[in-house]
Amino acid sequence: MLKGHQSWIFENNPVIAGTAAIVGPFEGQGPLAHDFDIVHGDLRLGQDSWEKAERTLLEEAANLAIEKAGITKESINFLIGGDLMNQIISSTFAARTLQIPYIGVFGACSTSMESLALAANLVNSGSAKYVMSSACSHNATAEKQFRYPTEYGSQKPPTAQYSVTGAGVSVLTQHGEGPYVTSATMGRVVDMGITDPFNMGAAMAPAAVDTIQAHFRDLQIEPGYYDLIVTGDLSKVGYAIANELFDKHKFPIHQTVYKDCGMMMYDYEKQTVQAGGSGCGCSATVTYGHLLRRMREKELNRILVVATGALLSPISYQQGETIPCIAHAVSIENEVRKL
Amino acid sequence: MSSNDKKFTPVQQEYQTLAKKHEPKRPVLINCLKAFLVGGLICIIGQAIQEMFVHWAGFDEKKASNPTVAVLIFLSVVLTSLGVYDKIAQWAGAGSAVPVTGFANTMSSAAIEHRSEGLVLGVGGKMFKIAGPVIVFGVVAAFVVGIVHLILNPHELGGGS
Repeated sequence: MLKGHQSWIFENNPVIAGTAAIVGPFEGQGPLAHDFDIVHGDLRLGQDSWEKAERTLLEEAANLAIEKAGITKESINFLIGGDLMNQIISSTFAARTLQIPYIGVFGACSTSMESLALAANLVNSGSAKYVMSSACSHNATAEKQFRYPTEYGSQKPPTAQYSVTGAGVSVLTQHGEGPYVTSATMGRVVDMGITDPFNMGAAMAPAAVDTIQAHFRDLQIEPGYYDLIVTGDLSKVGYAIANELFDKHKFPIHQTVYKDCGMMMYDYEKQTVQAGGSGCGCSATVTYGHLLRRMREKELNRILVVATGALLSPISYQQGETIPCIAHAVSIENEVRKL
Repeated sequence: MSSNDKKFTPVQQEYQTLAKKHEPKRPVLINCLKAFLVGGLICIIGQAIQEMFVHWAGFDEKKASNPTVAVLIFLSVVLTSLGVYDKIAQWAGAGSAVPVTGFANTMSSAAIEHRSEGLVLGVGGKMFKIAGPVIVFGVVAAFVVGIVHLILNPHELGGGS
C-alpha cells in the first residue's frame, strides 16, 4: 500500500523465511566473520575466472537460503536480483543455473534493498508465494571493471573504498514467524556534482539522507522508532558527511543508533581498506548475516536498512560526468507493525 | 575547478564545499618520503645487479644495463604474479611506479587480469591498457624534445658522427 509519496507499507507482513550470506577470505578476517554462513578461503572459489567466482558465490548463497527457508527451489516463484557487472551477468548467469523465473534489477550497491523491497511488494500484493531477492559483488570483478587490474600497483587515496566479495540472499513468503519486512521507501536519483570515483561515499551521502528523510516524512514516524538505522556503504567519509547533513537539516538522527555497513565489515586497524567497504555484497551480507542474526537474538527489534548506490559507469566517469546516486530504504521488524 | 563551477547549481556547490571538508587529505610529505626511499632502494638493487654483471659476467658498464633491466622486469613480474607488488605500491606510491619495475607491473597485471578473455583479445589486446598511454605520450614527448634539440643544434642535421 502506498504511503506518502514514495513509500510502501506491507500490511500483509511478508516474512523473511530464510537468508544466506557468503563472503570471501578478506571479509572473513573482519569483525563480522562469525555472522556469515560461509567464509571462502579462496577468492576465486576454485573457478577459472573472477566472474565465474562471483556467480558461484551467488548460486551457493541462493541454494543455502532455500535450504534454510525449508522449501524447495521449485516453490520459489520469482528471483529478483542484481549486481555490479555490466549487463548484471552474475545474477542472470546464476538465474540460468537456478532456473527460477527471474527479474533482473540494477541499482548499483543499492540493489540489495531495491530487490528486497520489490520482493516484499510482490509477496505483499499476493503476486507471489515465495520470492527470492539477491545481491552480490566481488572485489576483483569490480576492480577490473571500474578501476584497474587487481595486481596493478596504484596507490589508493584515503577516500577510496574496498569492494566487498560477498553474496546475500533472502527468501520471502506470506506466512510465518518474523522477522517481517514492514515498509520500504524508494529513493530518487540525487547528483550533487561529485566526479571522483575514488570518493563515492561523498557522492552517495546526499542520496542516503534524502531517502531517510523521505521515509520518516512518508510514514510519519520519528527515527527513534528504530533500534538501528544503517546505510549501505557510505564508509568513513560519506558517514561523516551524512551526519553533518542530518545536523544541518535538523533531523533527529540522535534518537536512534546510526551506523554504516561499509564501516562494520572490516577492521580498520588490521585491514587496508582506506575509507571502508562498498559494493552490493556489502549491505546484503551485513544485513542478511550480521543484522538478522542480531534480530533473531532480539538484540535488535526494528531496523531500517538504507542501501546506497553510485550509478556511474566506467565510461561516464571517463567522460567527466558527475556521479548520480540513489538509496533505497527497507524496514525489518520482529513484530508486526501496528498501524 | 573554477571553470567547472559554472555548471553546478548553488546547492551543489555548497555541498561540494561541505564534502571537501570531510575528505581526508593524502599525506603528501610522508608519501614523498616513502617514494624516495622505495624508488631509491629499487635503483640500488638495479645498481647492484649491474655491478654483478660487470664483475662476474664480463659485461662492460654500458652493455650490462640491458640484462639489468631484464632482471628488474623479471623480479617485478614475479612479485606481481605472487600478488605482492600491489601491496608494496599502496605503501610506496610513486616509489614503485616510476622505476622500470612499475612499467612491468602495469603490463603483467593487465595481462594476468584479462587472461580469462583469451590469449589474443584478452592478453594481447588488453596488456597495454595502462601501459599504452605511457608509450604513446612517451614517444610523442620524445619526438617533440628531438625536434627542439634539432632546432637548437642545426649543425647536427644530417646524421651526426
